[in-house]
Amino acid sequence: MNSTSRLDTRLAATKADKRPALVTYITAGDPDPDTSLDILRGLPEAGADIIELGMPFTDPMADGPAIQKSSLRALNGGQTQKKTLAMVQRFREHDRDTPLVLMGYYNPIYRYGADRFLRDAAEAGVDGLIIVDLPPDHDQAFFDAARDAGIHIIRLVTPTTKGERLKQVLRDASGFVYYVSVAGVTGAAPPTQDSVATTLAAIREHTDLPVGVGFGIRTAEDAAAIGRFSDAVIVGSALVDCVERAESPAAARQALHERVRDLAAGLRCRTCP
Amino acid sequence: MSVYSMQPDANGFFGRFGGRFVAETLIPLIEALQTCYKEARDDREFQSRLAYFQRDYVGRPSPLYRADRLTDYFGGATIYFKREELNHTGAHKINNCIGQVLLAQRMGKTRIIAETGAGMHGVATAAVAARLGMSCIVYMGETDMERQQPNVFRMQLLGAEIIPVSSGTGTLKDAMNEALRDWVTNIDDTFYVIGTVAGPHPYPAMVRDFQSVIGRETREQMLDQEGRLPDSLVACIGGGSNAMGLFHPFLADDGVQMIGVEAGGHGVESGKHAASLSGGTPGVLHGNRTYLLQDEDGQITDAHSISAGLDYPGIGPEHAWLHEQGRVEYVSITDREAMEAFQLCCRQEGIIPALETAHALAEVARRAPALPREHLMVVNLSGRGDKDMASVAEYLGGPSR
Ligand SMILES: Cc1ncc(COP(=O)(O)O)c(C=O)c1O
Repeated sequence: MNSTSRLDTRLAATKADKRPALVTYITAGDPDPDTSLDILRGLPEAGADIIELGMPFTDPMADGPAIQKSSLRALNGGQTQKKTLAMVQRFREHDRDTPLVLMGYYNPIYRYGADRFLRDAAEAGVDGLIIVDLPPDHDQAFFDAARDAGIHIIRLVTPTTKGERLKQVLRDASGFVYYVSVAGVTGAAPPTQDSVATTLAAIREHTDLPVGVGFGIRTAEDAAAIGRFSDAVIVGSALVDCVERAESPAAARQALHERVRDLAAGLRCRTCP
Repeated sequence: MSVYSMQPDANGFFGRFGGRFVAETLIPLIEALQTCYKEARDDREFQSRLAYFQRDYVGRPSPLYRADRLTDYFGGATIYFKREELNHTGAHKINNCIGQVLLAQRMGKTRIIAETGAGMHGVATAAVAARLGMSCIVYMGETDMERQQPNVFRMQLLGAEIIPVSSGTGTLKDAMNEALRDWVTNIDDTFYVIGTVAGPHPYPAMVRDFQSVIGRETREQMLDQEGRLPDSLVACIGGGSNAMGLFHPFLADDGVQMIGVEAGGHGVESGKHAASLSGGTPGVLHGNRTYLLQDEDGQITDAHSISAGLDYPGIGPEHAWLHEQGRVEYVSITDREAMEAFQLCCRQEGIIPALETAHALAEVARRAPALPREHLMVVNLSGRGDKDMASVAEYLGGPSR
C-alpha cells in the first residue's frame, strides 16, 4: 500500500495543473449510513480532489451549527467509529487514488484505543488525520505511532498561531498545513483576502508543505478568491447544509454533489476575476 | 510538602489527567492566561486587592459553624458547616469569580463570558463583572434556565446577557461548549471565567487556588475552636471546585479523611446519574483528560441529576487523579437521598441548602450516626437553596406538603 503518498501525489498534480485542490468535508453517516456512502463515492467525480471525512462527536466544540447538526444526524443514525472506518474501506474498493483524511475530536479515538485506531485506519485506507483538540504539545507518542502507520497528522495553524508557536506547530507537520483562516467555529463568515495572503506568507517561511485554507468558505467565488493564494481550499459547512436542507436522501446527495461541481468549476476558472 | 499538594506538570497534568486539549486557536490565549496568573500570584498588590474583595465584598471569612442540633439528631460525629452559602450571591462560586475577573482586568480584557448550570456561578460572575465594570455574557442550558428560573432573573438584574443553549440536553456541558465557541470567536477582548476545576490547564489549578481559601479558613477556624484538625471533610462534586477548595489545604494531613459526593441521580446502576468517577471511564472533554460519562464509542452520554449544578458528565482532573491515588474517597448520593437531607437540614438547622449541597449532607447522614462524638466532620455548605424552590416543590408535589 502506498497510502502515505496519495496526498503528496494529488497535491503535486493539482499544483502542476496550476490550480488549488478542492478539499470537501462531509460527516460520516450523515444523514444515514447508506446515503453518506453514496455521497462519499460521488465526491471525486463531482470534482473533489481530497476528501475530509468527519467522525461525528456529541460535543463538537470547534464547530458551528451546520456541522453540529450534521454530527447529530449521523449519531442519531447510529454512526460509530467502526462504521466510519468500514465506510472508508468500502470507498477504497472503487477509489485507490483520492486522498481521504479523517477529521474529528480526540475522545472517540482515545476510547477506541489510539494504537488500534491508527492500525485500523491505515488498513481501511485513511491517508491523514485532523484532530481538532489534540494540539502538538500532547501525545507525542500518538503522532509517532501515526507516522509509523503511514498516516499524516495534519497540523492546524490559526490566526493566533504566531512566532515560536507557529514554528512548533509546523515542526512535525506533513501532508499539508490546514490554515484555519478565521478565529471562530466552522461555518463563520469568510476571511478577508488580505489577511489570508499575509498569514500564508508567514506560514511559507517555515514550511514547504502545501497550505490549505478553510473556515467560512461557502461559494465558488469565495473559493476562487482564496484559491489565488493557497494550495488548497477547504469547504465543509456549505456542503453539509445541502444535507440539512434536502427533502430526501437522494435530493441531499444531488444537491451536495451539485455544490461540489460548482466549487470545482470556480477553482478551474482561469478567466474569472 | 506532600506529593498531593504538587502543582500539575508543565503541560497541566495531574498524573495522566488534565492537560490542554483545545483547538489550536485557544492555545496562545491560555498560555497568556497562565503567564498572567503566575505573575499575579506573586504580586502583592494583586493579592491585597483580592483579599480586600474577599473580605468586604464577599464577606469572608465565612463561619465554621457547629451544627449542634443536626449533631444531636444523628447522635454520632460532631458536625460542622463551613458556611459558604453566606457568601455574597449565596455560594462558594464567587471566591473564584473575584479572582478570575481581577485577572481579566489585569489582562486588559473587557468582556466576560461564563457557563452556568445551577446559575450560581453565573450570578456570581455577573455580580463581579458589574462591580468591575465589565460586560458579561452567560451561557445557560435551556433545561437549567427552566429549573433555576430565579437565578436567570437575578443575572439579568445584574446586567448580564443570558444566552440560552438548546444543543444536547440543554445543561451545563452544552453551556460549556457554547462558551468555548464564543471564546474561540472573540479572542481579543474576552475572558472566559470557568466556574469549576475543569477546562484546559491552567484553569483546574487556578480555580482550585482561588477556592482554597475555604480549606485554609477551615483549618484555622478548627484549630481555633477545637484545638486540632478535623477528622473528615465532606463536599459535593459537580466539576469539583467547592470540594477541591475545602480538601486541598488538607491533602498533606494523613489523618484527615476526605469524601467527595457525586450526584447519583436515580442510582448509578440505573444509568441515569452524574457520577463520573463511580460510573464513568477516562476520556477527553472540555480541554482535559478525566473520568467521563461516555458510551463504548467515546460519545458523551447525558448526565442526570435533580441538581443542575451537579448535572455534568465529567469531573475536574485533579479529582480523577486523587481518586486513582486513593487519597480521596468518592461516593454517590441519589436524588431521593439528597431531597431527604435537604428537608432535614431545613428543619434541624433552619438553613435551606442548595440541592447540590444536600448531596454532601446526605453523605453526612450516612456516616455520622456510626461515628463517636469526638469525630469532627466538616461539610462544605457550598450554597443556599433559594434558587431550588421550584424543583423542590415539584419533587414534593406542591409547597404545602
Ligand atoms: C451551591 C453549589 N454547590 C456545588 C456546585 C457544584 O460545583 P463544584 O463541584 O464545582 O463545586 C454548584 C454548581 O453550580 C453549586 O451551585
